[in-house]
Amino acid sequence: MTEKFDSVVVGAGPAGSAAAYTMAKAGLKVLMLEKGEKPGSKNMFGGVIFRHHTEQIAPEFWKSAPIERHVVEYQYWFLTKDSHLLLTHRNQRFNRTFNAFTVHRAKFDPWFAKLAEDAGATLLNRTTVNDVIRENGRIVGVKTDRGDVLGDVVIAADGVNSMLAKHAGLREELQPESVALAVKEVIALPHQRIEERFNVGPDEGVAAMLVGWGSGMHAGFMYTNRDTISLGIGISLRDLDKMGERPHLLFEQFKNHPSIAPLVQDGELKEYSAHLIPEGGYDFVSRIHMDGMLVTGDAAMLVNAINWEGTNLAMTSGVLAGNTVIGAKKKGDFSSRTLAAYRDTLERSFVMRDLKKYKDAPKFFSANQHFFTLYPEVANELAYMWHVVNDETKENHLKEMKATLFKRRSKLNLLKDAYHLWRIMS
Amino acid sequence: MSQRIMAIEDKLYRNRYKVDEDSHLWIKDPTMCLKCPFDLRCVRVCPTDVFKWEENKITITYDACVECGACRIACYDIGWKSPKGGFGISYKYG
Repeated sequence: MTEKFDSVVVGAGPAGSAAAYTMAKAGLKVLMLEKGEKPGSKNMFGGVIFRHHTEQIAPEFWKSAPIERHVVEYQYWFLTKDSHLLLTHRNQRFNRTFNAFTVHRAKFDPWFAKLAEDAGATLLNRTTVNDVIRENGRIVGVKTDRGDVLGDVVIAADGVNSMLAKHAGLREELQPESVALAVKEVIALPHQRIEERFNVGPDEGVAAMLVGWGSGMHAGFMYTNRDTISLGIGISLRDLDKMGERPHLLFEQFKNHPSIAPLVQDGELKEYSAHLIPEGGYDFVSRIHMDGMLVTGDAAMLVNAINWEGTNLAMTSGVLAGNTVIGAKKKGDFSSRTLAAYRDTLERSFVMRDLKKYKDAPKFFSANQHFFTLYPEVANELAYMWHVVNDETKENHLKEMKATLFKRRSKLNLLKDAYHLWRIMS
Repeated sequence: MSQRIMAIEDKLYRNRYKVDEDSHLWIKDPTMCLKCPFDLRCVRVCPTDVFKWEENKITITYDACVECGACRIACYDIGWKSPKGGFGISYKYG
């Protein structure tokens, strides 16, 4: 006989485990299905998890969770081929009240899923879901490679490639312009070496975002872990296609940049990974509820590509989906109308509000790539001119700097750019 | 500093895989590749060199795949499913 649960959660990442935890804690019978050997074994990110949203599920989790370092410094690098301009913010308040933690997902995700298990949920690893089970148009369960399972509500938390949302007809196929490909290496170095190179204490870490080298719009990222560095690039699939350069070669260019190479020098490659990031923003968040099913996290495309947030949106969507199922269970009604409470609460939360706020940003930056190419170049050129010493008077230096700036971008276009940037970001 | 480009094979060698005997990737209609409308985009976007154009057809080295899904989005002629439970890439770090 096919076993029946109150809810079947597909995927034991941040969204799935948050949903399962929420429901199990309220006494619901919950099954979590994970296709990997264990939670996290298919997952990769930059990246960081955030204190605020993780703590809503596990107070003071940093005392027991497998975290790497807490972030005390945020760096913004503007690169050209052979130079960089660096803007950085370090604050001791990040030491007193933690804001974000670097983690390795293959270590953090199992710990996070264990919270749901301890609350009473059942976790089944090495189980791939192949399709949904429908009955009179409603989703009543899933088909797995170990057999069928039934649930009043199926929660799709199966990530950016969500086969579940697709099988359920909730979403169209992703398009190259709405996803970025992230390619990353985990590079091992003795922890003292990391602390010297980044000028941080034993538990302190750095999160860095890098833009501007090469010929197109791709961003680099760098996070310090305890004794590894996560180094990677992200590029929209459309731009990758247009550039015609292979992703691992783009990454090699980045890793060999004269400003980056010394930071990872003599490090040992531990792992090479790649993953898609749903970066389309608000307009690409598809239908996320139907009779008997909810969609959460990356599967629902809940990523804030402007602020580089994702795990917090995933956890919050999981909690809200869990709460919606708890409410539906009380009513004994799992119709789309009842489950719409998920969409409503998500719309009222920071998740959809933030995505809505920057709704036009992905399209804007994609159409205005000079923000990532021309401006870093000009800024580095002006910085160079400012510092170089020769027989010229400072007056002539400044004149030359102005001329350089206006030659690269007209006064009118500079004003237009400033105006548009302000409109998009404020 | 001298440039040292690391070959993709040397990168993938560090990863842990549990290889299934069946491929989770396939070409739905191989005749379409002969007049590929995307200029063999699958070959170009794959971060692990899974796809190669050899003797007028695409060959698939599925055991190198890290299941990112880029090929699936690059081309609708590519069949893609998750490997059987427990198989495929198994990150130690992530």
